[in-house]
Amino acid sequence: MQVPAYVEYEKATSVEHALALLTRFGPEARILAGGHSLIPMMKLRLVQPETLIDINGLSELSFITVADGELRIGALTRHAQLLDSAVAGEHFAILHDAERVIADPIVRNWGTVGGSLCQADPSEDLSGTFASLKATMVIRGPDGTRTVSAREFHTGPYETVVAPAELLTEIRIAIRPGCGSAYEKVGRRVGDWPVGAAAAVVWLAGDTIADAGLGLTAVGARNFAAAEAEEFLRGAPAGEDSYAEAGRIAAEHCRPSSDQRGPAGYKRHLACELTARALRRAVRRARGLDAAGRSA
Amino acid sequence: MRHGDGQMTGEGEAGGAYGPVRRKEDARFIRGQGNFTDDIRLPGMLHGAILRSPLAHARIASIDVTAAEAHPRVRAVITGQTLADRGLAWMPTLSQDVQAVLATDKVRFQGQEVAFVVAEDRYSARDALELISVDYEPLPPVIDARTALDPGAPVIRDDLAGKQDNHIFDWEAGDQVATDAVFAGADVVVAQDMLYPRSHPAPLETCGAVADFNKISGQLTIWTTSQAPHAHRTLYALVVGLPEHKIRIISPDVGGGFGNKVPIYPGYLCAVVGSMLTGSPVKWMEDRSENLMSTSFARDYHMHGEIAATRDGTILAVRATVLADHGAFNGSAQPSKFPAGFFHIFTGSYDLRAAHCQVTGVYTNKAPGGVAYSCSFRITEAVYLVERMVDILAGELGMDPAELRMKNLLRPEQFPYTCPTGWQYDSGNYPRALQVAMDIADYPELRREQASKRERGEHMGIGISFFTEGVGAGPRKHMDILGLGMADGADLRMHPTGKAVLSVSCQTQGQGHETTFAQIVAQELGLSPDDVDVVHGDTDRTPFGLGTYGSRSTPVSGAAAAVVARKVRERARIVASAMLEVAPDDLEWSGRRWQVRGDPEKARTITEIAMAAHGALELPEGVEGHLDAATVYNPPNLTHPFGAYICVTDVDPVTGQVQIRRFIAVDDCGVRINPMIVEGQVHGGLADGVGMALMQVIAFDADGNCLGGSFMDYLLPTSMECPSWELGATVTPSPHHPIGAKGVGESATVGSPPAIVNSVLDALRPFGVRHADMPLTPAAVWSAVQGHPYRSDLAIT
Amino acid sequence: MQITVNVNGADYAREVEARLLLIHFLRDDLGLTGSHWGCDTSNCGACVVWLDDVPVKSCTMLAAMADGHRVRTVEDLAVGGELDPVQQGFSECHGLQCGFCTPGMMMTARWLLDHNPDPAPEEIREALSGQVCRCTGYENIVRSVLWAAKHEAGQREAGA
Repeated sequence: MQVPAYVEYEKATSVEHALALLTRFGPEARILAGGHSLIPMMKLRLVQPETLIDINGLSELSFITVADGELRIGALTRHAQLLDSAVAGEHFAILHDAERVIADPIVRNWGTVGGSLCQADPSEDLSGTFASLKATMVIRGPDGTRTVSAREFHTGPYETVVAPAELLTEIRIAIRPGCGSAYEKVGRRVGDWPVGAAAAVVWLAGDTIADAGLGLTAVGARNFAAAEAEEFLRGAPAGEDSYAEAGRIAAEHCRPSSDQRGPAGYKRHLACELTARALRRAVRRARGLDAAGRSA
Repeated sequence: MRHGDGQMTGEGEAGGAYGPVRRKEDARFIRGQGNFTDDIRLPGMLHGAILRSPLAHARIASIDVTAAEAHPRVRAVITGQTLADRGLAWMPTLSQDVQAVLATDKVRFQGQEVAFVVAEDRYSARDALELISVDYEPLPPVIDARTALDPGAPVIRDDLAGKQDNHIFDWEAGDQVATDAVFAGADVVVAQDMLYPRSHPAPLETCGAVADFNKISGQLTIWTTSQAPHAHRTLYALVVGLPEHKIRIISPDVGGGFGNKVPIYPGYLCAVVGSMLTGSPVKWMEDRSENLMSTSFARDYHMHGEIAATRDGTILAVRATVLADHGAFNGSAQPSKFPAGFFHIFTGSYDLRAAHCQVTGVYTNKAPGGVAYSCSFRITEAVYLVERMVDILAGELGMDPAELRMKNLLRPEQFPYTCPTGWQYDSGNYPRALQVAMDIADYPELRREQASKRERGEHMGIGISFFTEGVGAGPRKHMDILGLGMADGADLRMHPTGKAVLSVSCQTQGQGHETTFAQIVAQELGLSPDDVDVVHGDTDRTPFGLGTYGSRSTPVSGAAAAVVARKVRERARIVASAMLEVAPDDLEWSGRRWQVRGDPEKARTITEIAMAAHGALELPEGVEGHLDAATVYNPPNLTHPFGAYICVTDVDPVTGQVQIRRFIAVDDCGVRINPMIVEGQVHGGLADGVGMALMQVIAFDADGNCLGGSFMDYLLPTSMECPSWELGATVTPSPHHPIGAKGVGESATVGSPPAIVNSVLDALRPFGVRHADMPLTPAAVWSAVQGHPYRSDLAIT
Repeated sequence: MQITVNVNGADYAREVEARLLLIHFLRDDLGLTGSHWGCDTSNCGACVVWLDDVPVKSCTMLAAMADGHRVRTVEDLAVGGELDPVQQGFSECHGLQCGFCTPGMMMTARWLLDHNPDPAPEEIREALSGQVCRCTGYENIVRSVLWAAKHEAGQREAGA
């Protein structure tokens, strides 16, 4: 098995302490949360931080609560905890859909929501998910706290707006009535990164889609979102024609690349098809129906 | 027989010690007390790490190890030059080629070994690799085997005197003239290109060795992941130049082999040299990327198959041409007279008039290997070809694939059957096996369900595969590896208190030999398997033999165990006759005792006889004491297990996703010593099929970068992709095997991929898809449905 | 750096490099070779142990992350020499062949049964879906866990 290069280590005792350590050790320091994105990269020596700042002891960053009309998820929340959270699943079924297909049950025991988002892999399931939920990222730094939309969080593959001396602390999602959400993913195998995945959140007003959030993962969608397709859906009837057209628009605006998981044409096709499937399920859920269309 | 209800019964066994005996070896493994190569720790042991080439094809302009040697915890750095000075830079392969141990002039595949660091701990060894600087001058690589023989293609093996191309061998079997004539006169001829992509056995434990050379005694001891410890010992003697009696190879517990642990790898030799140079034991354990990128790959056969038949579905002949990609060195492991292994059993399970195949082997800038991953020496490739061709023919004729097979399967009265390429199949009742599988599956109901689903736009597939294996290599006059005949020894010692120790040359990597071989001896001697200890893996304690791969343990070593036990039993007869004061011919064996014919109360058990044989009893003239015996078993022929598999899949043609709903496997491996272990072997092989059919490939890009270098991209099936296997069995004993057993280790790996591929393609019939290559990932299935199936072995650019 | 890890009930204080992986700490520093490693990318699960009551992939943890925490390995399954029902189940149902994946499989199975004493086969398969076996094709592993579940249910009934 491959092993990391030499690294120094500090254990943070509080968020302030973590921030102070980040400032002290500079841009070559990295936050160590679950480590299930970082440590594999260190073993392959694709990243070689000088210092690790272990924040696993910061229980104040591990929570799932509802407050002020928002679902709030602490960045240190383990994937397994989010999958297991009744309150999260009750408001946003998409969170369970997505967590269920991220990695595997053992990795989910330790990998964190914040860690995955900050890793910013272009195939990260949570990136498309939080983009569709129009979530807000809360970032703390030496100068205080700021918020950034999930859609402005990523600046490129493996790059986010979190500065070297900052820490992602929380993800917030506004709770609005009439909501239904769903995640659809195609992988080569259970636990694989997606070949393509679509996240759909709808807010219904009667039979109309009052608002929609569409996220796409692994297909080169800008900011992991399908903004043009969302625009189309606003005010559109909740029905098959809308889903199909939204899928078509989403596919048109993404830029997948060919690789071992599949050719670009296939990924674009998935963007279209999975967007439609995710919308179909999201609307069913918004109407209180199960997958077969019966009252849930 | 059993009908998929999870019960383990013992049909076909001789009773007595045969049956679902719980495994003796489990006791240590379930307690975490296994002893695998990386568990071995010796005083003063050092750790090795290999620097590997990042390029597929390049000249080495220079290599500078001074910084690495200066690392405070590094004890030695070995380069190709270090080895060349000792005549060890090149070593023979198992296919009469040579392979670089550490590169000297050129690197010829990405991942090739370039330098070896020996350090005090594994982390420092890894760090020191980064302190070695190598200057490479890139050369154009040959990656697509189909271009390897193009005029002007870069010559990979310029180390071989006079080599001007990338050609390795041409080989053929069968009668080309007769076959061409049959094809020319046939009503229907169907042809298809198909690729059996490069994959890798990927046992969960990677390969490695702990080498300990004692300068004073001149003794070299190597603990290593080897499926063939004796063959390794002889090879080390030849290569390293040490006297063979000073070399001891110990295979401790081995965490899966599947053919990956047959060859000697450069890392092992480097560990040996490292130990010689430092005077300390040196451990080298490869990591997973090294395992996938540099050790023996499997398959990579580009095949063109043709099948000829009458309009009413009588199969007449098959022919095939194959381009075999062997990588940069021909390191494939098969008997020396068979460069394409047993591929010519592609005649399959059918009554054919003629057959001919031609195989061309070529070099490419990839890792060496080819024969691995439970292929039974290329029978995976052969069975895949013929079973796909039969399905394509069924489609062409508009016949049900089960019906077409049933019509053409060999009949029981035709055995022993000599196929058009010369194999003599020992025994079989093929139609019965297929019928059992169809009954378990309720085949007619599946077809009804398929029809009604198609009307609703849902797509399920039913795929069949019928295979004939050829295992138990093999008769020494035909089968040797590097001149070592494939006959295996077995020694049996009886202690005075009637306990037995069987020493065998084969090497389990999970197959349960400590239990099944004890059962064989116990069965022959009327003992309990608990009374028999099985010793294996240590060349100092076991007789010579060629090891475990190609499903040969039961057919060869199992036969040797039965024969040696019978020798002991015959010696016991003579001792018993002295004890009972009768003539030996007056005694008959009851299954548990030698008893006087007509007076069964006058009898002695083996236990009683053992004590007497060691005691003061006066023995007849010319009879030696004790009850020990030895034998070398030279198999008269291969054995031919066979099976009928049916796979049911549900396919989403819109996303390309495939779900395996059911898999029915009926196997016939002759007499089943331990049905529980037989079933476990089948289960494991069926999972291999899921991997190969749906997700596994070692692919490369145009520059020769290996894209299957980790388990993130070389995907292995999990508990979620594998269904609950439904097993059945028939028993057709082998007429030439002492206990009628045939061996089963690789049957399911051989038979399952075509069943799954046939199933998926059956589901896609409404879309007019005739063939698509493995692995049938969602992207591959979708592309086939769109009308443009693609090759998965080269990256899409 | 100095760490203290409680492993199988005993405290171990050791001087380690921060980069030392937990699996190497257990195997090489403490001699607990029952847990194995089989890949570079956290896929295979041969290294599964418990960290504070949850199964984790110890190849993807630093020993430093276990400082002040509890680790449980396969060596702790048998109590006073008596096998855990999970271990018995694996032996009864031929749930192992080469034995290399087995410690990790059993640790996850033990955790599953502690939280879900009567799992359906699909639930067992999902719980084990992050761990690879190359030998068994998984069927007998599932049967082994079902055997253990049934055996424990029987013992609870007998005890009740």
